[in-house]
Amino acid sequence: MSAVIDSGHARDEHAQGPYGGIMRWITTTNHKDIGTLYLWFSFTMFLVGGTLALAIRAELFQPGLQFWHPEFFNQLTTMHGLIMVFGAIMPAFVGFANWQVPMMIGAPDMAFARLNNWSFWLLPVGALLLVGSFFVPGGATAAGWTIYAPLSTQMGPGMDFAIFALHIMGASSIMGSINIITTILNMRAPGMTLIRMPLFVWTWLITAYLLIAVMPVLAGAITMLLADRHFGTSFFNAAGGGDPVMFQHIFWFFGHPEVYIMILPGFGIISQVIPAFSRKPLFGYSSMVYATASIAILSFIVWAHHMFTVGMPTAGILFFMYATVLIAVPTGVKVFNWLTTMWRGSMSFETPMLFAVGFIFVFTMGGFTGLILAIMPIDIQLQDTYYVVAHFHYVLVAGSLFSLFAGFYFWVPKWTGRMYDETLGKWHFWLSMIFFNVTFFPMHFLGLAGMPRRIPDYALQFAEFNEIASIGAFGFGLSQILFLWITLKVTVFGRGEKAGQRPWEGADTLEWTHLPSPAPYHSFHEQPVVG
Amino acid sequence: MTNRKVNGTGAVLLALSGAAEAAYQWNLPAPVTRVASEIYNLHLVMMGIILVIFVGVFGVMFYSIYAHRKSVGHKAEHFHENITVEIIWAIIPFLILIAVAWPATKTILNLKDTASPDITIKVTGYQWKWGYDYLKGEGEGIAFLSNLSTPQDQITGNAPKGEHYLLEVDNRMVVPVNKKVRVLITASDVIHAWMVPAFGVKQDAIPGFVRDSWFRAEKEGIYRGQCAELCGKDHGFMPIVVEVLSAEKYTAWVAEQKKKIAAAADDPNKKWNLADLKARGEKVYAVNCVTCHQANGQGVKGAFPALDGSQLANGPRGRHIEIVLNGKRGTTMAAFGKQLSDTDIAAVITYERNAWSNRTGEVIQPGEIGSARK
Repeated sequence: MSAVIDSGHARDEHAQGPYGGIMRWITTTNHKDIGTLYLWFSFTMFLVGGTLALAIRAELFQPGLQFWHPEFFNQLTTMHGLIMVFGAIMPAFVGFANWQVPMMIGAPDMAFARLNNWSFWLLPVGALLLVGSFFVPGGATAAGWTIYAPLSTQMGPGMDFAIFALHIMGASSIMGSINIITTILNMRAPGMTLIRMPLFVWTWLITAYLLIAVMPVLAGAITMLLADRHFGTSFFNAAGGGDPVMFQHIFWFFGHPEVYIMILPGFGIISQVIPAFSRKPLFGYSSMVYATASIAILSFIVWAHHMFTVGMPTAGILFFMYATVLIAVPTGVKVFNWLTTMWRGSMSFETPMLFAVGFIFVFTMGGFTGLILAIMPIDIQLQDTYYVVAHFHYVLVAGSLFSLFAGFYFWVPKWTGRMYDETLGKWHFWLSMIFFNVTFFPMHFLGLAGMPRRIPDYALQFAEFNEIASIGAFGFGLSQILFLWITLKVTVFGRGEKAGQRPWEGADTLEWTHLPSPAPYHSFHEQPVVG
Repeated sequence: MTNRKVNGTGAVLLALSGAAEAAYQWNLPAPVTRVASEIYNLHLVMMGIILVIFVGVFGVMFYSIYAHRKSVGHKAEHFHENITVEIIWAIIPFLILIAVAWPATKTILNLKDTASPDITIKVTGYQWKWGYDYLKGEGEGIAFLSNLSTPQDQITGNAPKGEHYLLEVDNRMVVPVNKKVRVLITASDVIHAWMVPAFGVKQDAIPGFVRDSWFRAEKEGIYRGQCAELCGKDHGFMPIVVEVLSAEKYTAWVAEQKKKIAAAADDPNKKWNLADLKARGEKVYAVNCVTCHQANGQGVKGAFPALDGSQLANGPRGRHIEIVLNGKRGTTMAAFGKQLSDTDIAAVITYERNAWSNRTGEVIQPGEIGSARK
């Protein structure tokens, strides 16, 4: 530690830590390096999960079995879900938190720098177990990403690999969350009171609490599953006194907050981007904070709306239906606040703003279908059909993913000191937006017509919409290759015009007002004063 | 098939231009029960409300995008708070929600009311077929399994696909029109879900528990659905077909079923010869075993074991009988003792021990299965 203190002043000029090459990344305790690792890791997993999605859509292009055996098809849908949720979306948001939270609150780094390193390096281990399970006897788990017992007790060793992968990734999430909470609560610059924090920081604070609350619940569920599989217990086996539905209750007690874990930081990003490009302060800042907190609290009491068809008592159904529709209120407040922020602003539409506005448009559609699904009698018709698939891709792709894109284009000038290619960025937005809707909009109709999810082959009446969806999926997938190129160009190859300290005139958080672009390796060695 | 590809490309263009074609189904299927009609209308009302909100919200957004741009010289104003507005736009959605929760609640009370049925039928989900047992009311005592009847050739693309591809079964569930049918739904292995969209019924089938639902079909006809909960390999291949008949036709169907049951009853003490039993076993195998162990007995490498040349089918018969009767825990091998008669089990084991390259020459008599059960 003494070395650190001695070189305290000179450190500001360091471009990186003490090691070079691969060791820099393995040993790094720097929040920016770790943020970069998280982002590249999640992007890699996004491409892997996307490839699986294309394998699914290839099979579903036409009726009949063309490419895969049904059991392999089930492995594809299962692994697509697990990889996207735990490998792509969640780590991507943690990557943003690592880069942005310290800079936005005026802190020099994350609170627990070594823990931060370990939180990240657990992830590739988990990912290796998860993806590697394709190659064990019997292949990967094919029980769906929800791994409902007792189907999951029937699976081969691939299921155990997935269970351990989830344990490891869950541990990583919990450590990351502890780090984020501690950083936000203890390391804010003087004058940065809680109610002055940028909304991205607020949403992550709330998300981190959600993660700490529910990741252990998932760990419990999958450990019970592991015990049922190998140690002769009967938690989920009726023949031994257990109950298969109990698995679903525990899983969704984790699973519903998990949904908000994947969207709240996205709300945060959008709440930074919209005011910046409207050149106008965020409308209703405090109501945004309250709305985020309300959504988080409500997320704990709505889980059984994922289980409206298990045969709950009437009172249970009514409670969960009423609680679920209530979520529309704070979510509506958020959308109205964003629109009012845009209203009478002075808007420009660079790529981050395009993705943010696109987010509002398509995410709201996902919200509408969520409302439809919350009405239990309608859910009876739509549960486990493609309508649900359409719904959650509208909130997870058009919601989480588009907000991540918005955040990337918004902050990459600060991270690299260079502007991304604006023309290609706009192409990326329009291609993603159009192909996303070509892929997922027809799925609403498939669901209404009664096509179940997770089937490798379907009746002829579903053929046309499936064809359209498959074409859209390949278009969407290829559009992300463009994103890979845009990213490589601005980060690895360092091409693009130099970015000023504040390339977006409407952006007014600390990283824009106090730090040059690119942000130095060690920023805010002396705390700024926020006034 | 190539024609369909061309059509597919055309279909994309058509759909994008907003043109409709007869093959496209845009809404829920036509309801034939009261609950299903209520759901249908509830969905329409919801869509209406959503459409109004959609037009309102995005009208404002796109107007703002059009008018409040920097490029047209619009200067930003700096308001950023208005408590009154915020309270109003929290309360209005709340009131709308109460307005839709009311009819939804009424429908829920209705669809949960399974009291005083005319007929009660138990539906059991198996990997991967449905079983129907008529427990009470006209038809009591009828029981059968219902398997997908679409030939494998159509699935693998070696034969043209029929009109009801993947939505056809060997034995349909048959019910009379305008009678309240209560379905008791359970499963024997993993969770399945019994769904018939035209009836507005979807109920998970949970192993070890019995859940119920009901319907009163108001129109004769054939209604189709599928298993709606992922249940393993052939989740996509266990359809549900319900035939709704007039009261007279239903009575005739019941009589015919009773006759069939009487005729098909096997004498468990009958002594079979190898050829007859093997021939029967081949049929049982084709319905129950073939999707995993394959017609050639080779199974699927890494997933489902081969029977051809296997230790199980050539070794001691006791172990073979035990596995078929009781299944294998932790795998998809079901306990067929719960599904098939002694004669069918004896037949299929005899077949497996004498098919392909297996040449044990053994004939397993039904009586042997009966004693193995005890």
